[in-house]
Amino acid sequence: MIPEAPALESTADIGVRDRYGLFIGGDWVAPETGAYVISENPATDEPLALVARATAADVDRALRAARRAYEKSWRKIKPAERAKYLYRIARAIAERTRVLALMETIDGGAPIRSVRDVVGHAATTAFYYAGWADKLAWAIGGHERARAIGVVGALVSARSPIACAIDILAPALAAGNTLVLKASTCAPLGVLALAQICAEVDLPPGVVNVITGESDVSATLVEHPDCDLLACEGSIGVASAIRRVTATRRIPLRASVDGPACIIVFDDAPLDAAIEAIVAATYRAGTKTSRSGTLVLVHESLETDVVARLTARLRTLRHGDPLDRNTDVGAFASRTHRDRLAARVDRAVAGGATLLAAPWTPPDVGAFRAAAILIDLPPSFDLVSSDASGPFATLATFRTPAEALERAAAFAPASASVWTSSGAQALYTAQRFAAGVVWCNTFDRFDAGRVGGPAGLRAYLDL
Amino acid sequence: MPCVEYERRERRTPVRIDAVALETRAADLIRRAFKADAKAAAIDLAIACMDLTTLEGRDTPATVRTLCARAIAPAPLAPHVAAICVYPNLVRHAAPALAGSDVRLASVATAFPGGQSSLAVKLRETREAIDAGANEIDMVIDRNAFLCGRDADVAHEIAAVRAVCGDAATLKVILEVGELGSYAAIRRAADLALAGGAHFVKTATGKIGVSSTPAIALVLCEAIADHARRTGAQVGLKLAGGIRTTKSAFGYLAIVDATLGATWLSPERFRLGASSLLDDLLMQRAKLVSGAYGDPARATIAS
Repeated sequence: MIPEAPALESTADIGVRDRYGLFIGGDWVAPETGAYVISENPATDEPLALVARATAADVDRALRAARRAYEKSWRKIKPAERAKYLYRIARAIAERTRVLALMETIDGGAPIRSVRDVVGHAATTAFYYAGWADKLAWAIGGHERARAIGVVGALVSARSPIACAIDILAPALAAGNTLVLKASTCAPLGVLALAQICAEVDLPPGVVNVITGESDVSATLVEHPDCDLLACEGSIGVASAIRRVTATRRIPLRASVDGPACIIVFDDAPLDAAIEAIVAATYRAGTKTSRSGTLVLVHESLETDVVARLTARLRTLRHGDPLDRNTDVGAFASRTHRDRLAARVDRAVAGGATLLAAPWTPPDVGAFRAAAILIDLPPSFDLVSSDASGPFATLATFRTPAEALERAAAFAPASASVWTSSGAQALYTAQRFAAGVVWCNTFDRFDAGRVGGPAGLRAYLDL
Repeated sequence: MPCVEYERRERRTPVRIDAVALETRAADLIRRAFKADAKAAAIDLAIACMDLTTLEGRDTPATVRTLCARAIAPAPLAPHVAAICVYPNLVRHAAPALAGSDVRLASVATAFPGGQSSLAVKLRETREAIDAGANEIDMVIDRNAFLCGRDADVAHEIAAVRAVCGDAATLKVILEVGELGSYAAIRRAADLALAGGAHFVKTATGKIGVSSTPAIALVLCEAIADHARRTGAQVGLKLAGGIRTTKSAFGYLAIVDATLGATWLSPERFRLGASSLLDDLLMQRAKLVSGAYGDPARATIAS
């Protein structure tokens, strides 16, 4: 028996400031109203920093700065120069992966182990799109004269904000646009650190602007006539609200919906790997996307086996301090996020479902909750309409592939994975899946979304 | 309904393994960090679970006696190792050197490392090793038969050696994973060893290039875990070949802990077959005790 000794990452030297203004026009400025809110560490409830609470006037300022930067400098400089700035940003992220990951962990509650991978991947994304900046004519076939669109208004999710921000920022800048990024006051430190990086690499003032605020600011940004394009990484609720606005204004929207994941396990699946996939997507994804809150569809002959294995696996998950490198399940981004999930689970249990939770008692402080599986869900239970996410999976069974697809479609998953040893079955199922990304076992085969690769540039280009 | 039960068994044979997922998970598991108390406990556990091994043509009674002394008392206050592992010829020299200690005496047998002899020769070799004082037998499976698809012959041979071991010796079955060709084949061989009554499933002889890797260890852990779920029998795991550093030993401890659980983390169910690993473990141990690394030359007694 080996005792559990914490392997804590030190946060001594990461340089969280006491107070963050808004990053507008290359400067840190105070919000018009002078209002700040406290951003807390959700694992300890301790205050981390004061962050500005922007209002409509600040949105105006930020968009004006982005417009000016677009007209006066960014659209005029050579594409290779744009690439140079993006490479600098990428390099800075790569060099500061540790610090950025720690910021996101203390601010957002996700375990450092997964966050540092995600931040490392953000650097890769930035490097990748930097390379496209001077090759836009070749990016989208048949569109040699593709140009920038203008000013992008972007909403960054509170889950994995650094990766979300880079997923928007990198292709948008490579395509020649300027940006206003709005980060949630719930977990803004990572994005504010990115703003700091933009300042340090001498990015022309106003090309990237970062504001922090509540949902009213998101609404202002979305409805603002000065946005030429809206981008969002967030829940399906946010995406559909924006879609309503863009439909009337006829401006493009690039939404990457981080809805729930669906995992289908056929009776010939490599079971050990499938169980781990469920664990990785549900409990350890932390905040990468909100793939947390998974629907697991298992072939009915496997139900007992899968439930037994998953229950056993829950016992070996390490819960607790997100800064411990051995922690699998960290904290929620906030108590609000946790309570939203709790309410949803309570509704399901009241409706007859059974909750199998990991044997772990959360501490008194912090937004924690033990990982769990929900089984025997009543058939009428609404799986779709909830925004709740977190370390829990819902398990249901199917008999035929058609039934699996039908149940999955009702769940409207953003991503899905199909576990089977039959190539034909994998192809059949994946092709019929209406989800952004479909994995077959571990292979990312069917990328139906518009994220990543040259296709990721398309949304940011006037073709 | 018997026919349903039959179909369920059929469906699960062979066990499916997704190599990419397996390697990803293994790489993830070995990232576990052992610090402070956990590090001290893990070092002592690795020492206590070690089969200190010498399997060289140049082994002599003298080198084996040195090895035995080291096995009994690796360092002041350090635990003794689980066993020493030698060739059958040297068992009779090791037995008196270990007398009075709790260190067990393992002998390789069944025409180690190739296994290319008749069953009669293999059984006789096993018998002689036990008679000379060995209480653990490390046998190699017949890869010739396995690769030709004669699984029944492999299982039969394992069962025959197990019968010779009886209650007198613990049987470890070496799969020589590097010669089997795929994770699925490794899993199949492990299942044969488990069905044949092995007390331990062991990865490799250490005589060929590929031996233990985290992914292979994970395959064996899953096989043992499935066997335990099915039959309740807690078969041990021995990893051997190429494990030279404390860091890699920790990776394997993390894999066993995560898949089989803490009940497997004892010399009764887990072994690390190694020779030079002990030096590194003792150096790390000394560092924890004294705060400074010692001279590598001083940690090394046996070569």
